[in-house]
Amino acid sequence: MEIRARTLFLEGELTKLTVPALLDKFSKYLENSIETIDLMNVTKIDSAGIAFIDEIISQLKFDPEKSLTMNKIVQKAYSTFTSVNIKSVSPIIRLDFFTKLGTGFFDFTKSISNGIILIADIFFWSFVGIFNKKGQRKGSVIQQALFIGVDALGIIALLSMILGLILALQSAAQLRQFGANIFVADLMGISMVTEMGPILTAIILAGRSGSSIASEIATMQVTEEIDALKMMAINPIRYIVVPKFHAITICIPLLVTASTLIGIFGGLIIAVTYLDLSPTVFINRIFEILTLRDALIGLGKSYFFAWVIVIIGSYYGFNVKGGAEGVGKVTTQAVVASIFWVIILDAINSLIFYF
Amino acid sequence: MKEPIISVKNLVAKYGDETILNDISVDIFPQEITVILGGSGCGKTTLIKNILKLYQPFSGSVKIFNKEVTSIEEQEFDKILSKIGMLFQNGALLNSLSVFDNVAIPLEQHTDLSKNVIEKMIKVKLDLVNLSHAIKMVPAELSGGMKKRVALARAIALDPDILICDEPSAGLDPLTSASLDELILKLKDLLNMSIVIVTHELASIHRIADRIIFLDNGKVLFSGTLNEAKHTEIPEIKTFFEVGKF
Ligand SMILES: Nc1ncnc2c1ncn2[C@@H]1O[C@H](COP(=O)(O)OP(=O)(O)OP(=O)(O)O)[C@@H](O)[C@H]1O
Ligand SMILES: [Mg+2]
Repeated sequence: MEIRARTLFLEGELTKLTVPALLDKFSKYLENSIETIDLMNVTKIDSAGIAFIDEIISQLKFDPEKSLTMNKIVQKAYSTFTSVNIKSVSPIIRLDFFTKLGTGFFDFTKSISNGIILIADIFFWSFVGIFNKKGQRKGSVIQQALFIGVDALGIIALLSMILGLILALQSAAQLRQFGANIFVADLMGISMVTEMGPILTAIILAGRSGSSIASEIATMQVTEEIDALKMMAINPIRYIVVPKFHAITICIPLLVTASTLIGIFGGLIIAVTYLDLSPTVFINRIFEILTLRDALIGLGKSYFFAWVIVIIGSYYGFNVKGGAEGVGKVTTQAVVASIFWVIILDAINSLIFYF
Repeated sequence: MKEPIISVKNLVAKYGDETILNDISVDIFPQEITVILGGSGCGKTTLIKNILKLYQPFSGSVKIFNKEVTSIEEQEFDKILSKIGMLFQNGALLNSLSVFDNVAIPLEQHTDLSKNVIEKMIKVKLDLVNLSHAIKMVPAELSGGMKKRVALARAIALDPDILICDEPSAGLDPLTSASLDELILKLKDLLNMSIVIVTHELASIHRIADRIIFLDNGKVLFSGTLNEAKHTEIPEIKTFFEVGKF
């Protein structure tokens, strides 16, 4: 690279390997006034080389037709690779604050109304689906129940057990100081039945089934499977969501009951080994202290948790944007949102029944 | 002149603010093979999806079997849909189901045929697309061209009155593609199907097309019979028929 008589001479290879060094060098030449570029002695050039020339031209504000002298090799490459005549894409329009606010609000109300329509649809078709299995695959409820319920039982049992042990152990140390050993039964009974059993189960289901519902539906959306179903005059909600809704409705009371009993059993172990209570005393005490109302409230709210998980999973799944990346995104969002709403519902429930 | 089986009038289709189809009117006639042509990204798939209300048209009218469908009740529309088979551009097989179960969906959902009859029908349809051997496989085990053919078998499972194929032969070798054309001609003759096909293959157009619709820039550039298309003076279409490229 050199400059003679206001002409920039480039020679040898102009490729992606040599261009970086040339770019460095060129920035030092910028002060010299250059009027033309001579490319007659270039032996090899690729698209990076052409881009380099385009860059020089644009920096010096040259007219490419007048200022370039090229040999055959360069000419050929230049005609294919030059970016000079490619129209630049119009830049993204920046929205001002009020437009953003308005669009945001509009989108928000739209997503709320979409959500409400979806909830109504799911409840309606799930109700219809009890009597009329049309539009569902045969055996899909059982299949889903196995996945949502049976497959989750192990992890729910294990965690409930550990939680029961921890809860009892932590409180046992305190209770022992006051000689109030027997109250560990009260504590375990009430907390497992009304709170820990339902919420632990719901959070595990949100993580397992909520994510799988969202990602399954989102994937089907992205690969046009949902369109294909609609095209075959099959309602995607009936075909995909209703079996899950039925399955989770069947499974949740069983799972919550299992979780509660196992958690209490954990408490029993601590009571017997650490607090020297006899099992009969512990169990009798639990039956004394628990009311039917507590048990019903615990089970009742767990239905709402379960439905929220299905609804939110479907909502995010159906509203996926973009390709595979979108699927990952909505899956995460669905899990976070369902755990959030499970806890909010739990809070509302406590306010209603215990405040 | 025959009554059109699908009639689109002044259709405007948008994604968000972007207008893809601007005031399009096309007619599809019964028992004919209509080929939709146009460069990549010009809106062929969009046109089909708007006709089938997979996207709601922004404005305009779409009539199928002489019924206005843009404002139709869902149940009514389902009845219409069950007489239409569609092959999506990427197949759109249900990935969680086997080839057999995929083809079985429309039969199980829309007929009360017995299991054995359904099974036989599925075998025949898969044989028509030369995929009898793949009956137990799942979509993940199929090649791109095989997925397309299974999807075609699913689209014709119910012997629909209208068959819509979005690029059926893309990704197929010339031999398979030719036998597919044969199958399509057979379907038209045997079952009196009306067929809409999006394709770019000149050879296949010559073999099967009765009528051609050429989309460009959100408008209909040409619409007429194959013969008219071959002799038109519209430069884009002339070049297409000369070199097979846009
Ligand atoms: N879901 C979507 N959201 C936004 N824009 C879309 C969407 N689908 C398609 N488009 C845009 O609409 C235009 C038409 O797309 P369409 O799929 O109808 O083209 P096509 O004619 O079928 O092309 P090809 O021959 O490549 O299949 C393209 O510019 C595309 O970017
Ligand atoms: Mg397309």
